[in-house]
Amino acid sequence: MTLQSFRSKGASRVRNLMAGALMASTALAGSAAWAETTITAVMHSGLRVLDPIITTAHITRNHAYMIYDVLVAVDGNFAPQPQMAEWSVSEDGKVYTFTLRDGLMFHDGTPVTMADAEASLKRWAEKDSGGQIIMDRTESLTATDDKTLVWTLTEPFAPLLDTIGKQSALPPFIMPARIAATPTDTAITEHVGSGPFKFVEAEFQPGVSVTYVKNEDYVPRDEPADNMAGGKVVHVDKVVWSTMPDASTAINALLGDEIDYIESVQVDLLPLLEGDPDVINEKREPLGYQTIGRMNFKHAPFDNVKVRQAAMMALDQQAILSALVGNPDYYEICGAIFGCGTPLADTTGSDSLTSGGDLEAAKALLAESGYDGTPIVLMAPTDVVALAAQPVVASQALRNAGFNVDMQPMDWQTLVTRRASQNAPADGGWNMFFTNWLVPEISSPLVSPMLNGRGDGAWFGWPEDEKIEELKAAFIAASSLEEQQKVAAEIQAHNMEQVLYVPVGQYALPQARRSNIVDMLPSPVPVFWNVKKEE
Amino acid sequence: MSYSAPPASAMQSVLRLFSIPSLAKLGVGPLIAAAVLVMIVIVTLLSPWLAPFDPLEMNPMNRLQGPSEEHFLGTDPFGRDIYSRVLIGGRVSLLIGIGAAVVSVLIGLVIGLIAGFFRLADTLIMRVMDSLMAIPSILLAIALVALNGPSITSVIMAITIPEIPRVVRLVRSVVLTAREEPYVEAAIALGSSMPKILFQHLMPNTMAPLIVQGTYILASAILTEAILSFLGAGVSTEIPTWGNIMAEGRQYFRVKPELILWPGLMLSMCILTINLLGDTARDLLDPRLKKRGE
Amino acid sequence: MLGYLIRRVLAIIPVMLIVAIFVFLLLRLTPGDPAAIIAGDMATPEQLERIREAMGLNQPIHTQFISWMGRLLQGDLGTSLISGTPVITMVGQRMFPTINIALLTIVIAVAIAVPMGVLAAWRHRSWVDYAVMSFSVMGFSVPVFVIGYIFILVFSITLGWLPVQGYAAPAEKGFGEFLYRGILPALTLATIYIALIARMTRASMLEVLGEDYIRTARAKGVKESRVLFRHALRNAAVPILTVIGTGFALLISGVVVTESVFNIPGIGRLTVDAILARDYPVIQAMILITSATYVVVNLIIDISYTIFDPRIRY
Repeated sequence: MTLQSFRSKGASRVRNLMAGALMASTALAGSAAWAETTITAVMHSGLRVLDPIITTAHITRNHAYMIYDVLVAVDGNFAPQPQMAEWSVSEDGKVYTFTLRDGLMFHDGTPVTMADAEASLKRWAEKDSGGQIIMDRTESLTATDDKTLVWTLTEPFAPLLDTIGKQSALPPFIMPARIAATPTDTAITEHVGSGPFKFVEAEFQPGVSVTYVKNEDYVPRDEPADNMAGGKVVHVDKVVWSTMPDASTAINALLGDEIDYIESVQVDLLPLLEGDPDVINEKREPLGYQTIGRMNFKHAPFDNVKVRQAAMMALDQQAILSALVGNPDYYEICGAIFGCGTPLADTTGSDSLTSGGDLEAAKALLAESGYDGTPIVLMAPTDVVALAAQPVVASQALRNAGFNVDMQPMDWQTLVTRRASQNAPADGGWNMFFTNWLVPEISSPLVSPMLNGRGDGAWFGWPEDEKIEELKAAFIAASSLEEQQKVAAEIQAHNMEQVLYVPVGQYALPQARRSNIVDMLPSPVPVFWNVKKEE
Repeated sequence: MSYSAPPASAMQSVLRLFSIPSLAKLGVGPLIAAAVLVMIVIVTLLSPWLAPFDPLEMNPMNRLQGPSEEHFLGTDPFGRDIYSRVLIGGRVSLLIGIGAAVVSVLIGLVIGLIAGFFRLADTLIMRVMDSLMAIPSILLAIALVALNGPSITSVIMAITIPEIPRVVRLVRSVVLTAREEPYVEAAIALGSSMPKILFQHLMPNTMAPLIVQGTYILASAILTEAILSFLGAGVSTEIPTWGNIMAEGRQYFRVKPELILWPGLMLSMCILTINLLGDTARDLLDPRLKKRGE
Repeated sequence: MLGYLIRRVLAIIPVMLIVAIFVFLLLRLTPGDPAAIIAGDMATPEQLERIREAMGLNQPIHTQFISWMGRLLQGDLGTSLISGTPVITMVGQRMFPTINIALLTIVIAVAIAVPMGVLAAWRHRSWVDYAVMSFSVMGFSVPVFVIGYIFILVFSITLGWLPVQGYAAPAEKGFGEFLYRGILPALTLATIYIALIARMTRASMLEVLGEDYIRTARAKGVKESRVLFRHALRNAAVPILTVIGTGFALLISGVVVTESVFNIPGIGRLTVDAILARDYPVIQAMILITSATYVVVNLIIDISYTIFDPRIRY
C-alpha cells in the first residue's frame, strides 16, 4: 500500500520526536474520587465562532473536538483509524463502506445514524478543499441504512481516509442531520454533538469563557487513546476554557494555582514558570507551526515574479524567528515548504531564507524587475502574539532591499476581512501578510492551502498557476513514497521559483500545566480526554 | 482666522501670568513643575540628538537585554534600545496632546461663539453637544480610531471630538454672560459687523478660561493616547509613543517591567506638571473657575 | 416639581435620538464589511454578496437606519456577527461584574475621598492639605493601567496577599470571595475617583466652612466633628454628587482598561473586543447602552439634588 509506506517513514521520525516530549497515555485509572473535578484552561485565543465548518480557526476546531466526534481519526503516525466507524474498501478502490459502531448518542438523546453522517459530510465537503477534490470524483455518497454509509467514487482516490480523518484545518465533524442541513453561508445555531463532552450553552460567554461537562453517555473505544484516535475516556467532570487578556495575566494565574493549564506560553515568559516545582512546561506536539508570508498576485508589484523573488531574497528566517520566539530551543530554521520533519520535506531554493537573507541578490532582482517604488501594503496584526513580530521584522528587511513598505498595523479580525478583498492595495486591498499553520496542515500538497493555482478559486493572494495544479495531479497519481517525494521536490522548486508563498521557519509554543494535571495527550490538537487531575 | 490683532485685554490676561508679582505669590511648587515640564519638553525635542540609537533599528538577536552601558534601560522584544525609544516616544505623545488640545479649543471656540451668540443655532448645537457628551469618550475614541485607521491624525481627531462639547459649553457660558455687558450691547446697537462683535468683543473674554481648559485637555489627551495604545487602538505600532511602548510591554511586564515603568513615569510626570500649571493658571487668571472640566 | 421631572425625563429623548443617529452613521460610513466577518475564512465573492443582500446592507442608508431604529424600539438590540449570540444576552451576562465592581469602586472612593477632602479643608494650608492635594493631582496623572500593574506587582506578586486576576460573582461565590478578588481592581479604578472627589469635597467644604451658620454652630460649642460632618458636609453634598455623576464617564474609561488588566468579564471588555473585532451590532448596542446609562445616572443625580440640598426647589 502506498499510503502505508508513506507513513512508516515519517512514523519513526515522529515517534522519536515525541519520545522525549511527553508521557505514555496508558495509565491505570487512579482512585476514583467523587469530588467534582474541573480543569480550567487558558487557550490560545477566545472562542467566538462555534460552527467548525465555516471557519478554519483553530480554537473553533478545538471546540469541535470537545463536543463532536468524527468517523475516522488519525493516530500518532498520521494513520487513519476507526473512530465512530469501521470501513472496508472495494478491490478497485472505488467503493468505501463505513459501518457505525454501537452505542453512540447525540447530546439531545437521539441515536447517531449514518443519515446524520451523510448530511454532515456533504456540508463539510462544500467548504473543505480536500472535500471538494473528493466530491469531484464522487459518484454517490449515501447512507444505505442507519449503520451503513457507502461512498462510491468514479476513480480511485487513495488519500480519501486521510482526508476525512485529518485533524485540521477542517475535519468533518458529525452533527445531527437537521443541523447539518444549514447552508454553508449560515452559521449553525445549535451545538449538539455526540462527542465526549457536552457544550454548556448557558455558560458560554463569547470570547471570555466556555464550559464543557463530561458526556456521561459517551461510549469510548476500547483502544488506548493515540493522538486523535483511540478511546476518548474522560476523567474530569468539567472543563472550562477561560480567556486572559494578556500573557502575563495567564502566567500569574497559573503560578497562583488559579488555573490548571495554558495551551501556549510565550517563550519569553518561560523563565517565570521554570522556578516553580508545581508547574511543568513542555512542547506539546513535536512539529509545531510553520510561519509563512503570502503575497497578492493580483496587484502590482507582486504580480511580477521578479519582485516576489526579490522580496523572498530579502527575508531572513533567523531574524524573524528570533524576534517571534527568542529562545532557539523553540524554533527551527527550515526552508521546506512541507515542513521539516515531514516525509515530503525538501529544501530546494531556500538558501537565502535560511542563511541570513541575500540583500545583494534582492537588490539586483528588484532593479532588474523595474520596480517603480509602488508602496507595499504589508498587513500587520498587533493583537495576536504569534503573528505580531513577522511583519515588523520583514518590513525592515524589505526596506533594506529597496522596497517602499507601507506597514499597516491592524487587529487580526480586520486582517481577516481585508485579505478577502481583491481591491487595489490603496483601495482597501493588500500586498502581503503573514500567518501560521500547524505543520500537518501544510505537510502535503493536497492539504496545503497556499499551493492552489486556481486564480479566484485559490487561497487569498489568488495565484493563477497551471503548473502547480499539474504537479498536484502528478502527486495524486504517484504510486510510491519515493515518487511522491520526487513530485514534492518539484513542487518545492516550483514554489520557490514562483514564490507562491514564503516559508519563514518553524516554531513551537510550549504548553504549561500544574503538576497535578497528568496524562495529557501529546496531540497537535489539545484535547481533554485521557487527562487526569490528581488531588 | 479672520480677525486682526488680538485685543489688548486678552493679551493682558495672558501676560499677567508672567508678571513678577504674580509669580512671586505662587511659591516654589509651580516653579518646580514648570522647570520639570520644560526639561521634559527640551529632552523630547532634542531626542533625535540625545538618543544613542535609532529607535526603530531592530536587532532581534539582541532582544530583551537587561540594562547595560550601551543600553541604559536594556532592549525591547525586537532588540531596540528602550532608552532611545522612551526619549523619542515623548515627541509623538506630546505632539498628539498639543494637537488635540489646539484643535479642540479652536473648533470648540468657533462652535461655542456661534451657540452663545445666535439663539436659533444654540438649541440645536447644544442638543448635539449634550448627545456627544453622553457617549463615553474613551469608547467613542476607540471606535473612531478602529474605524479610521491608526494614523496620528486619526488619533488626534478621536481624542478631539469627545473634548469639543466641553469647550463649547465653556465658551458658550462665557459668551452668554459677556453679551449682556453694556459695551457688547452698545456694539450691537451701533451696528458693528458680526465678525467684529464675535471676535473683537466676545472672544477676548473666553481667552482666560480657554487657556486653563486647554492645559487640562492637553493633559488628558496625553493620557488618552496612552490608554488608546494600551487597548490596541492607538497610533500605528511602527511609531514609538509612550503609549505604544507601554502597550508592547504589557506582555512582558513580569520579565521587563521597564517597558511600562519608564514611559509610565515620563508620562505621569508630564501630565502631573501640566495639571499643576493648569491649576496655577486657573488661580491666576480667574479665581472663579474652580471646577475642572465642566 | 412634577413638571420639572417630566420635562427632565422628556429631554432625554432628543439626546438619545442624536446619539443613535451618530452611532449608526459612525459605523455605516466607515470602511469595513460586516458580511466578510459573517462569511468566515473561505468565503467566495458570491457568498459575500448573498450575505450582504440578506442583511440589507445593499439598501439605501436611510432605509437601513429606519429598520434598525424600528427593531431597537421593539427592544431588539441585534445579534453578534461573530458568535451569533443576541446582544441582549451578552449584556445580561457581562453587566453584573461591571456593575458590582463599579459599586465597590464608588463605595471605596467615597469612603476614602470624603474624609480626605474634609480633613484637607479643616486643616486648610497645612501639610495635610498639601498631601491631599498632591495625591489628588497625582491620581489624575498616572494612567489607570500603570496603577493596576503597580498594584499587582506589590499586592499580588511581592506580598502575595491578593489574586492577580479573575472575578467572583457575589451571588454564587459569596461576598467574601467577591471582595477578595474585587478589591484590587476596585482600588485601581478608585484612584482617579478618589482624586476627583477629594478635590471637590475640599473645595465645597472650604466654601461652606466660611459661612455664618458654621461660625454660629462653633460659637455655640457644637463639637468640631459634628460641625464638620453634620453641618458642613451635608451642605457640601451637592457638588460632591455632581462629581460622582460627571465622573461616570471617567469610570467607564477606567472600567474598559481595568477589566482587561484584571481579566474581569464585564461590559468594558465586551465593548473593546467588539470594536476591535468589528462586531457592528454589539458596538452600536454597547455605545447606546452606556450613553443611556450616563444620561440616566445624571438624571438621577439632578433629581437627588432636591433631596440633598434643601435650598434647591423647582
